[in-house]
Amino acid sequence: MTVLAKVRSWLDERLEWDELIAPLRKKTVPLHRLSYWYFLGGITLFLFIIQVLTGILLLLYYRPGANQAFESVQYIMTQVQFGWLIRSIHSWSANLMIFTAFAHMFSVLFLKAYRKPRELTWVTGVVLLVLVMGFGFSGYLLPWNTLAFFATKVGTDIAGQVPVIGHPIMVFLRGGEEVTGATLTRFFGFHVAVLPGLVTVLIAFHLLFVQRQGMSVPPKVEKEWSADPEARRELRFFPNFMLRELIAWYTGLGVLGALAALFPWNLGVKADLFASAPAGIKPEWYFLFMFQTLKLIPSKIWFMDGEVLGIMAFGLIGLLWLLLPFFENDRVARSKQWITGLSVFALAYVIAMSVYGYLAK
Amino acid sequence: MAILRNNSRQFGVLASVGALSLFIFAAAFSFGQTKNSCVDCHSALPAPEGVTQQMFSQDIHAQKGLTCVSCHGGDASSDDPTQAMNVKAGWKGKIDRKQVPQLCGSCHSNPAYMRQYDPSLHTDQLSQYHTSIHGKRLAAGDAKVAVCTDCHGVHNLRAPSDPRSKVNPVNVATTCAHCHADAAYMKGYGIPTNQLAQYNTSVHHEDLVARGDLSAPTCTTCHGNHGAVPPGVDKVQNVCATCHVFQAQMYDKSSHKAAFESASLPGCVVCHSNHAITHPTDAKLGTGPEGVCMQCHSRGDNCDQARAEMLNELTQLNQAIKNADQALAEADAAGMEVSEARMAQSQARDALTKARVAIHSFNKVLVDQDVQAGLKVANKDLQVGRQAMVERNRRRAGLGVSLLAIGMVLAGLWLYIRKIES
Repeated sequence: MTVLAKVRSWLDERLEWDELIAPLRKKTVPLHRLSYWYFLGGITLFLFIIQVLTGILLLLYYRPGANQAFESVQYIMTQVQFGWLIRSIHSWSANLMIFTAFAHMFSVLFLKAYRKPRELTWVTGVVLLVLVMGFGFSGYLLPWNTLAFFATKVGTDIAGQVPVIGHPIMVFLRGGEEVTGATLTRFFGFHVAVLPGLVTVLIAFHLLFVQRQGMSVPPKVEKEWSADPEARRELRFFPNFMLRELIAWYTGLGVLGALAALFPWNLGVKADLFASAPAGIKPEWYFLFMFQTLKLIPSKIWFMDGEVLGIMAFGLIGLLWLLLPFFENDRVARSKQWITGLSVFALAYVIAMSVYGYLAK
Repeated sequence: MAILRNNSRQFGVLASVGALSLFIFAAAFSFGQTKNSCVDCHSALPAPEGVTQQMFSQDIHAQKGLTCVSCHGGDASSDDPTQAMNVKAGWKGKIDRKQVPQLCGSCHSNPAYMRQYDPSLHTDQLSQYHTSIHGKRLAAGDAKVAVCTDCHGVHNLRAPSDPRSKVNPVNVATTCAHCHADAAYMKGYGIPTNQLAQYNTSVHHEDLVARGDLSAPTCTTCHGNHGAVPPGVDKVQNVCATCHVFQAQMYDKSSHKAAFESASLPGCVVCHSNHAITHPTDAKLGTGPEGVCMQCHSRGDNCDQARAEMLNELTQLNQAIKNADQALAEADAAGMEVSEARMAQSQARDALTKARVAIHSFNKVLVDQDVQAGLKVANKDLQVGRQAMVERNRRRAGLGVSLLAIGMVLAGLWLYIRKIES
């Protein structure tokens, strides 16, 4: 008996291990020409795990506080053994995770994987995307550099524009009327305690739903398979799909390492609370489409403030987006086309506005 | 007829009501306004007698409640010119140029009177003016020299802080040049008329006009305003020292001070000129066209050797700073964290500035102290930059090894998948 077999037997005696992993052995993944889109969720999960691990390592040296944060990140980048690598991977991985989360969402939309009975998977996924963007927003401030400081100022200013609840939200986020060291401490708390807790719980539910319901098969493929049952092909989840997923994760690791070594994440200049904002201040790329839209809206629309109207519109769109699966009725073919059309428009809009926002002065 | 009579009576009543309304309206509109018949007539006259209400309303005196009568006397409440401009009513007519300083001083030299308008305003302008070249010549009967109104304007006089004022720092040079750049007007005074042209090429002008630094010197900063005089040969460094304090301290301790004074040479001006002061470069210590030392010194003498050594030291530090900047910029562009060293570069730059200031002592030891301090910082920063590039290369080598290992794992996984699926 090998050592591995002995360990397995020991676990099986105590935890009924074989019974525990039996569903995984039985579980299959549909195999078709669009199967590679299934990897996006797994890659996002991998990047989240990287975030947790590198985040814990950064916590060993990072010190929140207006007088220490920048210096501690500088120390990590220059003095701590492989500190530069950990911090660069953390920053790159954060951006890639948001990118893959967006890509995963649109792939789910186009493959129509959000349909009944997977509405709750979609809802948890959209909430996860919002929380991941919250991770990005809160983490961006932590090095306490000039760009982050003013981006946070602008971002929280926008939140403050929301009628009635905007100002209290802004004060809550900032820990006062202005962005100060109190904001940094608060964002640190959100970033390392509140958001990880929420995201972990939601990921657990998201994965549970995926495991319970299995992978969705796109309607077109389903139709082809119904017409020709011989064409239906499946892949065992364990180990076949898992090994392929592992290839994707390893590739992701290689990409992360290359990005961190070739393009280490810049630290910038320490934030100066009394300095004027640098020209052309912009948020991180994943907020650009919303930022640029708000910039383009006229200052006054009818009797309402244009920016307030824009923020409220984004809020409403977000809510409708969250509830999108509930608008698709199995009996009405038109609604399916309508949602696909809307998805194409949304993707085109996000890309176009992000590029426009990036190029705009 | 009865109808007509009735109508005409009604018309008369209406006309009376209308006239009364107009009167009340006009009375209400003019309430609180003091009648100024001077402007009524003078607004129709050509310059220089022409003064419009619009023009006079811009004048700071008008804004403070003074009127034509305050300076010219007379009775502005009368529409009759003979009464308004009656000597018995105190009318003075056009103020004679020679009387202008005294007239302005009648208020501006009275602290009790001026306090009500601006307690911080100086009241020694007239006494200063009497000590100035302008004041002395005026007293001697020269009516061509500047009086108050020539510089400050008249009837549309503005506060110096107003950018439209003729005495606003940005406009002072042009105001002075109105006379001093006019060769025909200045004929007979025996002074050059190219000061403005020279000043416009200077670093002081660039600071004031191009960079908008209102503290940068203009004519009055060095020559004074109300007490304007050309600084004497022995006073030049005192004038420059009001801003260039450390250079002046160094110069005071140098051997040049006594040498220049004994030769009646005007201190700072000998090397830097006066109105056309350009941004000084290290080339001033050289032997090229910009060099100034060889104007007095001879090749190969002790001073020439000291000059060459000091120039060499400045060049060495300047080059060391540039080398470190370049190395750090290269490391920064490669994504390496060198912000601490880049910040430290400002210490090296400060040392270079101090060394350049120390040049005014013409003491090699003092210059060397600052240069060595700067070199120490710049060389250390250069090492940081170079070390960062070595580290960058090490990271790339590490990346290569890691990618190789990842590639091997990927290949292994792929082969294993093929094996179990075949």
